Amino acid sequence: MSEVKFTIDGREITAPAGEKLLWVALKHDIYIPHLCGIQEEQRPGAGCRLCFVEVEGQAHPVTSCTLPVREGMAVKTRTPAVDRLVRSAFELLLSDHRLQCGKCPKNRACALQQIARERGLKLKLNRLKPLQREFPPVDDSTAVFACDRSRCVLCGQCVWADQQVAKVGAIGFSRRGLNRTVSTFTGMELADSPCTKCGLCVEACPVGALYFLDDNWKNLQGGQTPKGKI
Amino acid sequence: MSMLSTTEKTYQELRQKAEAKLAPLADKPLIWIGTATCGKAAGALEVREAFKEELKNKGVDARVMEVGCMGHCYAEPLAVIAKPGFPALCYGKVDEGLVKRLVDDFLVHDDPCYEFAMVALEANDIFPTFADFPRGVYEEKIILEQCGFIDPEDIDHYLAKDGYAALARVLDMESPQVIKEVKAANLRGRGGAGFPAGVKWEAVAGQAEQTRYVICNADEGDPGAFMDRSILESNPHLVVEGMIICAYAVGASHGYLYIRSEYPQAIRRVRTALQQARERGLLGNSILGSDFNFDLEIFAGAGAFVCGEGTALINSMEGKLGLPEHRPPRLSTAGLRGKPTVLNNVKTFAYVPLIIKKGAEWFKNTGTPGSPGTAVFALAGKVANPGLVEVPMGTTLRQLIYDVGQGIPGDKKFKAVQIGGPSGGCLPEAALDIPIDFDSLKEAGAIMGSGGVVILDEDDCMVRIARYFLKFTQQESCGKCTFCRLGTRHMLDILTAITRGEGKLSDLETLRELAEDVQAGSLCNLGKTAPNPVLTTLKYFYDEYRAHIKEKRCPALMCPDLIAYYIAPEKCSKLCNACVGSCPVEAVYTREDGLKAINQGKCVKCDNCLKACPFEYNAVIKLSPPSLLEEKERSTK
Ligand SMILES: Cc1cc2nc3c(=O)[nH]c(=O)nc-3n(C[C@H](O)[C@H](O)[C@H](O)COP(=O)(O)O)c2cc1C
Ligand code: SF4
Ligand code: SF4
Ligand code: FES
Repeated sequence: MSEVKFTIDGREITAPAGEKLLWVALKHDIYIPHLCGIQEEQRPGAGCRLCFVEVEGQAHPVTSCTLPVREGMAVKTRTPAVDRLVRSAFELLLSDHRLQCGKCPKNRACALQQIARERGLKLKLNRLKPLQREFPPVDDSTAVFACDRSRCVLCGQCVWADQQVAKVGAIGFSRRGLNRTVSTFTGMELADSPCTKCGLCVEACPVGALYFLDDNWKNLQGGQTPKGKI
Repeated sequence: MSMLSTTEKTYQELRQKAEAKLAPLADKPLIWIGTATCGKAAGALEVREAFKEELKNKGVDARVMEVGCMGHCYAEPLAVIAKPGFPALCYGKVDEGLVKRLVDDFLVHDDPCYEFAMVALEANDIFPTFADFPRGVYEEKIILEQCGFIDPEDIDHYLAKDGYAALARVLDMESPQVIKEVKAANLRGRGGAGFPAGVKWEAVAGQAEQTRYVICNADEGDPGAFMDRSILESNPHLVVEGMIICAYAVGASHGYLYIRSEYPQAIRRVRTALQQARERGLLGNSILGSDFNFDLEIFAGAGAFVCGEGTALINSMEGKLGLPEHRPPRLSTAGLRGKPTVLNNVKTFAYVPLIIKKGAEWFKNTGTPGSPGTAVFALAGKVANPGLVEVPMGTTLRQLIYDVGQGIPGDKKFKAVQIGGPSGGCLPEAALDIPIDFDSLKEAGAIMGSGGVVILDEDDCMVRIARYFLKFTQQESCGKCTFCRLGTRHMLDILTAITRGEGKLSDLETLRELAEDVQAGSLCNLGKTAPNPVLTTLKYFYDEYRAHIKEKRCPALMCPDLIAYYIAPEKCSKLCNACVGSCPVEAVYTREDGLKAINQGKCVKCDNCLKACPFEYNAVIKLSPPSLLEEKERSTK
């Protein structure tokens, strides 16, 4: 495939034509927030709305996970418009996320914490109130790992791992709007589903929604927070 | 004599057969009854049966024919009687009594009962026609012209009125020529966004991939919109013909009509239309004797609003969840099953046969240079003459509301017009001289959208209206993307708090920021346009928001939490008891002096007592903010 030359934040970059900007940038250690992007996905879902960048000559920020690189394009990862959208999308996600980092198995390895760190955002709500709503109970039926939807950001990484990597098809997205959720077919518990407990989905989850039920975690359940607060 | 081409000859034969079949009918009286969904809802089927019954009783030889909607839905059920020797006359609000009179007086005794007639369908010396109606002066029916005047279930009616002549002509043209004509007409998509249809077709025609599809979007999910349904129910062949022409132009051999399953009548009539078109050789292999093959199928949509969005529609047709996708790729490169696809709205296709028949120049004579042709609107809300109207693009909102819709009923004052469906904008009095076209509306913060127009008067609270429309889009959000799923919900929560008097001024800033971010950041147009009602009301009716927050006052006296019902002692008649009985919670009571009063602790603000209080007293009034009560009570003690 032919190579193209372009710039990200003024830096000259060369990459195969048509590759999506998000992955090119990350490869060159240029951070762009992202949750739902999957490099292998032909048609990215582009649902998290965090990976915005600005391209010179285009009036509005665009999502970089869907943006094929082109010869001569000039990309900026930080502009007032981009920062504003990222800040908003981030706060919106937090408003529907049970924020208790200290008690979360993903503490310090969480993509939300990384975004906050990289972009100087706070892990707390500023303008918005937390959405008051009921989440389904934690599904720990497999005894290997558990799924806590109150931490899920609906990125779809687990669904991809299950359907495209493990090729099992135990989970998928269901329901609409605010009720959109990751679930098994007909919403049965994981233990009753075709899930093989391979754990690929757990490894794929960027936040603490899917987590292994290992000893460390059981200690945390007792209220201790060995890793401390960030 | 010029040589007729094969297609032309085949077409002429079809047409002559149709005319020959219909000619004898002209000798006996014909009764048309509008049985589109609007007519049916008003009792058209009962009227049909009453006519049949009465004709039998009186031994009158007349034919009863079901037609679609004429756009005068306020007067349904409608019946038209065409008796040889009289102009065809249309009667509104027909009931069984009127049926009896019409059959006896008119059909038996030649008295057309002019006192009950609404309008004559053709020019004559006796009775006015639609063109003499105030709205007739402004209306210009292009795609609705035949609606309500032909039998949608008999293709011969369409054929006899020049139907499929455009197709016959197109089959003798080169396909690029067809596209050129549609492009020259600058036909813009009527599904909302106004994208030029010819440009879309050209993109599909230019693809290397040879399997191509044509899809008609009849999902029509906007509440209050029913023009696409009406066209499919009233004149399905017009749309079918437009689709066949499009298929020829882009080289497609298969197409679909995506019709929402809540439209069973439309689905039935389209199915009949497809069947009859196939029987006449207008669909299927070797259309009109040419070497062009094309067939059409109906896909009954699952019904979610978001499925009207192109990529979601395709996903749902492929059996996947009906969720939108990022674009590009556009449907014209990768649509249904990854193949190049034309997706157009019902109305867009309906214009096509007319443009081919009469030419691009004819089409451009109506409307504005940027938005040629007509616009079809469903007028609703506080307007004297609601219904389906077709006016030239460029008509001003003022003409639409006051001349076509006959203004605001009662002595009420106009406040705003909400145009474009739930994702449209609310425009104030000052915007009434804006011409209706794709670009001017967009500039003002509204959209052409589905063509829903809701007229609002002084009794409508703009915060509640914004909340009402946002609630619809919020509930219809598919949930795939962050801004629309969560942003619309937070906006709704803020609006709800404001209508309850629990808002803060800083909420308005948050609301505006969120609205702008949802607009800029959402994945599909549902999210991108959902904030329009909020942004436009914030822009044009900011004071109303402020009053709710700063004074806990609802200027339109509509928000239940910000009003109190009060019975003015100086107006109340001691002798009347109407309000007391009307209250469902026994909040209204009779004071020792005989006057009525309201126990505020019990009142549920249902409005019953206000409605029950006789007009001559009008003693029940609404106060906002509720704190006014204390003042009132103090002053009357
Ligand atoms: C949420 C949403 C709902 C839509 N619903 C419809 C619809 O019911 N009918 C329609 O023709 N277009 C609808 N559209 C617009 C379509 O995506 C598409 O633009 C249109 O069908 C293209 O046809 P046109 O160019 O003839 O307008 C909708 C768009 C969105 C974002
Ligand atoms: S469970 Fe984890 S991986 Fe799956 S959608 Fe939720 S956040 Fe993403
Ligand atoms: S904007 Fe709304 S409807 Fe469109 S993809 Fe996002 S969540 Fe779904
Ligand atoms: S990574 Fe691009 S939208 Fe989520």
